[in-house]
Amino acid sequence: MATVTYDHATRLYPGSERPAVDALNLHIEDGEFLVLVGPSGCGKSTSLRMLAGLEDVNAGRILIGDRDVTDVQPKDRDIAMVFQNYALYPHMTVADNMGFALKIAGTPKAEIRTRVEEAAKILDLTQYLDRKPKALSGGQRQRVAMGRAIVRQPQVFLMDEPLSNLDAKLRVQTRTQIASLQRRLGVTTVYVTHDQTEALTMGDRIAVLKDGLLQQVGTPRDMYDTPANVFVAGFIGSPAMNIGTFPVQGDAADLGQAHVVLPREAVSAISSEDKGQITVGFRPEALDVVPQGTADAIPVVVNIVEELGSDAFVYGSLGRGVAGEVRSGAGDSQVIVRVDPRQVPGKGETIHVRIRPGEQHLFHAGSGERISA
Amino acid sequence: MSPTPPRLQITAATTDPALLDLPWHVPLEQWPSEVLAALPRGISRHIVRFARLSGGVVAIKEIGETVAYREYELLRQLRKLEIPGVEPLGVVTGRHAPDGEPLEACLLTRHLSFSLPYRALFSQSLQPDTATRLIDALAVLLVRLHLVGFYWGDVSLSNTLFRRDAETFAAYLVDAETGDLHDKLSPGQRSYDLEVARVNIIGELMDLQAGAFLSEDVDAVEIGDAIVVRYQELWRALTERESFSYGDRWRVQQRIDRLNDLGFDVGELDITTDIDGTTVRIQPKVVDAGHHSRRLMRLTGLDVQENQARRLLNDLDEYRAATDRQMEDESFVAHDWLTDVFEPAVRKVPREFRKKLEPAQVYHELLDHRWFLSQQQNRDVPMKEVVKSYVKTVLPTRPDEQAVLGVSAEDLRETETGSMPRVHPDEVDGDMLIG
Repeated sequence: MATVTYDHATRLYPGSERPAVDALNLHIEDGEFLVLVGPSGCGKSTSLRMLAGLEDVNAGRILIGDRDVTDVQPKDRDIAMVFQNYALYPHMTVADNMGFALKIAGTPKAEIRTRVEEAAKILDLTQYLDRKPKALSGGQRQRVAMGRAIVRQPQVFLMDEPLSNLDAKLRVQTRTQIASLQRRLGVTTVYVTHDQTEALTMGDRIAVLKDGLLQQVGTPRDMYDTPANVFVAGFIGSPAMNIGTFPVQGDAADLGQAHVVLPREAVSAISSEDKGQITVGFRPEALDVVPQGTADAIPVVVNIVEELGSDAFVYGSLGRGVAGEVRSGAGDSQVIVRVDPRQVPGKGETIHVRIRPGEQHLFHAGSGERISA
Repeated sequence: MSPTPPRLQITAATTDPALLDLPWHVPLEQWPSEVLAALPRGISRHIVRFARLSGGVVAIKEIGETVAYREYELLRQLRKLEIPGVEPLGVVTGRHAPDGEPLEACLLTRHLSFSLPYRALFSQSLQPDTATRLIDALAVLLVRLHLVGFYWGDVSLSNTLFRRDAETFAAYLVDAETGDLHDKLSPGQRSYDLEVARVNIIGELMDLQAGAFLSEDVDAVEIGDAIVVRYQELWRALTERESFSYGDRWRVQQRIDRLNDLGFDVGELDITTDIDGTTVRIQPKVVDAGHHSRRLMRLTGLDVQENQARRLLNDLDEYRAATDRQMEDESFVAHDWLTDVFEPAVRKVPREFRKKLEPAQVYHELLDHRWFLSQQQNRDVPMKEVVKSYVKTVLPTRPDEQAVLGVSAEDLRETETGSMPRVHPDEVDGDMLIG
């Protein structure tokens, strides 16, 4: 087992001006489950493939433990790419399916059996070891595939969107299994996904990338509570955060008929680059529906209500008289509000919402960086 | 946010209206046997079925929508790069069951006629070096893929189809799901692909041994290791930089000849000399597979595989010598050979036997048979007699190979004649899909 260190690791494709991964600095602790997440083209898969040895590192270096592996061949890095190919062999027993890579490597029979039995115990497959894969359920087959990687006892597991080929139900199931299994094994794991829900539910820590640049790294709670910039704020969380940029008037962001009161530190942090404006973010779940006329209330015209049983979300637009633009995961000019599922407003109605105190996120309108207040 | 109405969408390069007649509202696993051509029996992560469509056979794979579009595009790009692979037909999305339950997208590819899955090849009583010849074919395919910048990610015998190519095989890529197309592959990508190939091949052979379809005496590890050796030899021959002194310039032509022998044309050769001009360095920059098949195509219009072409070109050379026309334009002679020799011979194959082998492969076997008869009778047996004897004694014992779809090792073991049984569509039970 080992730590993983990206030290100013850079990947520049020939003929391209901007690096696919730009001077990535990231330290992953021994036994940690780290998720690389971001939109397509952000450099997450490239970062993983650099660690696997499948992409050249043009500058900087990569270490596994204390060992510099920057120029080491993939098969000599002591890593395992999991789930890349998980087809099982129908005529081999479960034990042979798990152990055949060791057999190829010339590991003594007795040791193969011991390692396979250990892995089977962790995977709850002990009683199936002498059966054929045909006799197993879909989930058990997935675990056999995982077992193949476990018996090799690699220093690091690498997983590149391992669930993308599965249907939605199996995806959620397997997600939980992988996460709990990783915790039982304690093997350092780097996991790539474009799905922020997957990242939030699985990772000990999450690293968000965009355009080859690391945006923020932290626990799921850190990312949700204190996103470092507008990008992370909009990317993490489902439904996505509502974000708008407004002029600052006195100690408040001016929305025309409505306004959002700002802490004094935030107002004084505004720089010339921000041109007298501030970016305000508020999550759908950070809004209270209040009676018309309440101070600081923002009117929202209901376009669609999405009822999910335990929750209900209003997708609306800012009411008349409100200046400025708000965008969210639902699109430009769309505001998302979580409402009480037992008191759902009708389409076309105007509701009034207020940001719960302390649950707003403030960012520089110029740089998009978080204003810590 | 409004729910999208169930709407079937078919993205296809060539729209065949018959596509609409397939039961897209039914999960693939439950498709009625009357639309199926056969059931696949190999190792697959997904549900795959073969269906009849406008006289041909299509392979349908149920798979996530993004992955389906991605693989469709990749297969299209590989075709443009002239890589031997299955032809992508289209993607079907927006499938819904009658109760509104959404169904997975489907990727459609055309079944490659006369192709054989490796399991079928291992189970036929073929010559003992079948494994080696399959590995050679796969090594050539992998080198060609790597030359165009394709990283496969899951190289295996299961993801490959084989077509007979004279006494050897030609390999075709079937599954590009894990692949990626790059401008150029790094040494790390190539070596990882090769390692995956090695481990998968050994695993697949061990599986055949576990099922008692392949003798325990066969050394699976040795065969798997062979792909690494074959790949590296070929890669070096095609890409290595070579230096020699200015006086040895004949080595330029020698290198080109060697590449031609390996079946590659040199599209671009980088030649540099050092400042005082005493040393010459050459390195092939662009090489294209299919040297012999291109030449035969140019001369005769026949579109056949590389080693079949090699064999036919040799026969053409013999014809030229026998008819004493070495001084004539090659393409005129080739035209006469085609109409006087090749076509009459393959046309003699009765219609009911035409599903057994491709014409070029039949001709290759005719040449073998001619050699055999001539040896036996100690005279030069004319082609007319050869064809008669071949159609009477050899061809009837050969299996139909035009559409070998659902054949698994299990089916083959039960027949001792070595003939290739066709899987009956009703046999829904022994289906084996893992993963």
